[in-house]
Amino acid sequence: MTDTKPDVTAGPAKSPLRNVAFDPSAPLLEVEDLAVEFHTRDGVARAVNGVSFSLSEGETLGILGESGCGKSVTAQAIMGILDTPPARIAGGEVRYRGVDLLSMDEKLRRHVRANKIAMIFQDALSSLNPVFTVGWQLAESFRVHQGADRKQAKQRAVEMLDLVGIPAAKNRVDDFPHQFSGGMRQRVMIAMALSLKPDVIIADEPTTALDVTVQAQVMQLLADLQQEMRLGLILITHDMGVVADVADKICVMYAGNAVEQADVYQTYESPAHPYTRALLESIPRVDQKGQELTVIKGLPPALVNPPPGCLFHPRCTFARDRCKVEAPPLYPVPGGRASACHYWEEVMAK
Amino acid sequence: MGRYVARRLIQFIPTILGTLFLLHLLSTMTIQIVGDPVRALFGENAPPQEVILQLQAQYGLDNPCLEQTGNPCIGMFFDRLGQYAQGDFGVDFRQQPVMDQFLHRMPITARMATIAIVFETVVGIILGMLAGLRKDKFADNFVRVSTTLLIAFPVFVFGSLALLFFGLKFGLFLRNSDWAPEWLGQMFQIGYNPEYPWLSLFLPGLVLGAFSLAAIARLTRTSLIENLRSDYVRTAKAKGLTTRRTIGIHTLRNSLIPVVTYIGIDVGFLLGGSIVTEAIFNAPGVGLWTFQAIGRNDTTIIIGVVTILSIVFLVANLLVDILYASLDPRIRYE
Amino acid sequence: MSDLSAAQAATAGEPGAAVEGASGSTRSLWGDVRYELSRSPVFWVSGVLVLVILLMAFFPQLFASTSPNSRGACPLQQARVAPTWEHPFGYTSAGCDMWASLVWGTGKSVILAVLVVAGIVIIGVVTGTAAGWFGGFTDTIVSRITDIFFGLPFILGAIVFLAIFPTRNIWTISLVLTIFGWTSMTRVMRGSVIATKQRDFVDAARALGATDLFIIRKHILANSIAPVIVLATIALGSIISAEATLTVLGVGYQRPTVSWGLLVADGQNLALAGFWHLLVYPCAFIVVTVLAFIMLGDVLRDALDPRSR
Repeated sequence: MTDTKPDVTAGPAKSPLRNVAFDPSAPLLEVEDLAVEFHTRDGVARAVNGVSFSLSEGETLGILGESGCGKSVTAQAIMGILDTPPARIAGGEVRYRGVDLLSMDEKLRRHVRANKIAMIFQDALSSLNPVFTVGWQLAESFRVHQGADRKQAKQRAVEMLDLVGIPAAKNRVDDFPHQFSGGMRQRVMIAMALSLKPDVIIADEPTTALDVTVQAQVMQLLADLQQEMRLGLILITHDMGVVADVADKICVMYAGNAVEQADVYQTYESPAHPYTRALLESIPRVDQKGQELTVIKGLPPALVNPPPGCLFHPRCTFARDRCKVEAPPLYPVPGGRASACHYWEEVMAK
Repeated sequence: MGRYVARRLIQFIPTILGTLFLLHLLSTMTIQIVGDPVRALFGENAPPQEVILQLQAQYGLDNPCLEQTGNPCIGMFFDRLGQYAQGDFGVDFRQQPVMDQFLHRMPITARMATIAIVFETVVGIILGMLAGLRKDKFADNFVRVSTTLLIAFPVFVFGSLALLFFGLKFGLFLRNSDWAPEWLGQMFQIGYNPEYPWLSLFLPGLVLGAFSLAAIARLTRTSLIENLRSDYVRTAKAKGLTTRRTIGIHTLRNSLIPVVTYIGIDVGFLLGGSIVTEAIFNAPGVGLWTFQAIGRNDTTIIIGVVTILSIVFLVANLLVDILYASLDPRIRYE
Repeated sequence: MSDLSAAQAATAGEPGAAVEGASGSTRSLWGDVRYELSRSPVFWVSGVLVLVILLMAFFPQLFASTSPNSRGACPLQQARVAPTWEHPFGYTSAGCDMWASLVWGTGKSVILAVLVVAGIVIIGVVTGTAAGWFGGFTDTIVSRITDIFFGLPFILGAIVFLAIFPTRNIWTISLVLTIFGWTSMTRVMRGSVIATKQRDFVDAARALGATDLFIIRKHILANSIAPVIVLATIALGSIISAEATLTVLGVGYQRPTVSWGLLVADGQNLALAGFWHLLVYPCAFIVVTVLAFIMLGDVLRDALDPRSR
């Protein structure tokens, strides 16, 4: 994109996080056994049930799954922005450079947000405040976290808009969100997330609301910026095409569980879980003319009082009796992979 | 913004003409159906024809179109418009110009309305925010219950009861006691006291604003709750902003927008409600004068006052619309 | 939900269509509403109250055997008599039993409100749907007309009309209140139709070749009607309040009609002289009635709010 990275943040020397014992040798982000529950009027729903993964600098993790599988909840739990009356963190740790964020004091945690870990949301129109200008919202990060004054903050806002490729940034900085097109708005969201130079970006379905050509542009922007700034990127999506392009490794989620983890090539070449296999098979292919589309029969299970055994077994083509009673753990699979299926060898062999 | 203001001004003119025409149509059609109020004044004892004709001419009721039911009397309408432009809203049945009397009494009503608006907005917004921020807790339930009750009280019920208990019993007690300062006693006065032009209108002002206070509190509450659930609040949290900033700056602005719209409508309620309130509290403003005119069947006053008040209402709404656009930028480009 | 069932749900479009949720239980939109309402104590209390009031309006004989309008029911020597154990509501300034007067006066206020609300709902739904669905010129005309009526504050407009018009009975007052009340219903319906129009199942129905009228009848009306229901319920309360206000001002019901507003008007004059029951009881009836309708409307609004699902 640009040859020289503009110095958009200087930052005060005294950050509130200066006394926290971050370990620079530890992985950037480590999620271990994260569990999140929702207390609804019908009972307790286990939205995230023991998910683990890790992320290093410059790495892209794709979290794949259908609506309701718990991927957004995982992201919001990492950020710490879940509404804690209905939601409750039921267990696990989220370590940023070795320090557990879940047990961190909220005042410190607040500074981790945006400064160290930032998030991009799906619908930029509703995710941006409609009554403030884009420039004001961008500048806010600088004013609040870095004590910049209005003029400085605005200047940095313009620089950020430039960075994400908004043409005539100086003029557009005083425009309101609804005056931008969908793709431009999403770029604004990216700019906002990158303002304070975080190390980790979590992008929750950033391109789902955009059309395909704009999608490609935005994903390219994200990939370029990630490379330049050596960011760790968690990309949450249900679009297998997008993930194949951008991700280094993949975590497939189903009904709150991580059912497969592998690097991107392994996943696409030889899936080790029936759900991943079914997802791949359901992608319409240009070279398969005149055939019926393959669908995954059935519906996802209830998260309140789930049935025993493997949660996927009612829809699974590989299901046996064992699957109905015994919930499969994450079996390690050769090649640094994992799969939550009793019969993963069969699945891979096919 | 400037273009929006210009557009609103251009829209304003046909609207106000339309409303004035509607009013005109209402009054002329009723006269056509019912017969002319001048004759009705005299009841059984019909004076000689010349007197009637003379009075009709004076009150602008001599147009032949008034004999034909269904005639929209366009000519008469334009005559009237001309008169309005010159500030002439007719004369009442005692030969006094309507406009003069209106101007004479307006300050009292204006003061009462100001007290009402300040009271209802300040207290209403505070209560609404309190309820919205503490949803389903005691404060919220208290506000919900009390505002529902307030809304159920028609203005005159509230006014009568307030007059009885606060004005008479409590107020008298205060005024007769030795320790209560003079101004406190005047606040609970049961009539208008020209020596305390603001204080003695305090109770009627509160009564006038009570209904709207409840409406504003509920509106603020609902709006706040809705905004607290919105996506941009989630983004603000993800940006690491404090709760205070998220609520105080991000949600507040969005939440107040419907309240501003309501205040425009509220002016209408206040104008109508002032008639009842002034009648109950015997405050000699525009409202009481209208009330007495109703009792005397003095239609010129009634039509004249309603015309002036409609113009006031429309202008107030225009200003409110412009204020609204300055708060919500999405409107400016519609 | 697999794509196929999502498509099915999309083309069904009717609120009565059952959508199988992830939890496995089948609940239609109205089923959900019924469920929520039945668990709300406010709904039951206000609902029962409203039923009682309606009963009182249409069948006052059930609550007070002698009508104050009947011969000999109001002996003058009983005028203004304060409440006693036998007659806990006392007597009105005309000498009639206060309870009987209030009961027989219910119809005047409540039936009038029902007439008015019926009127504004019909006008509002028709004009609002036309404006919202067809848009363009139709919408401009309807919106301009609404703006013009809107410029005349409700009470003031009603006063002008009624002050000149000599006959003031249930029909004329209803007519006047309808004329000045329809605009709010139109606005609400129009907004609701515009929102519904943009939903996917309307496009789906169009793609299947449905005519405008068919879509309106089958899809638009049912899905847009919720705010109208809420407003209508609340309007019942506010119309009762408005009629009482107009009567107290002298342009509503006239003496010797037995009406709540007139009882309050009498009470206002005499309460200061110590006959507080003349004021408090009619006021209480009015307040409780208006409160019942408003509470019911509130509860309906919370139950029908699509955002709380």
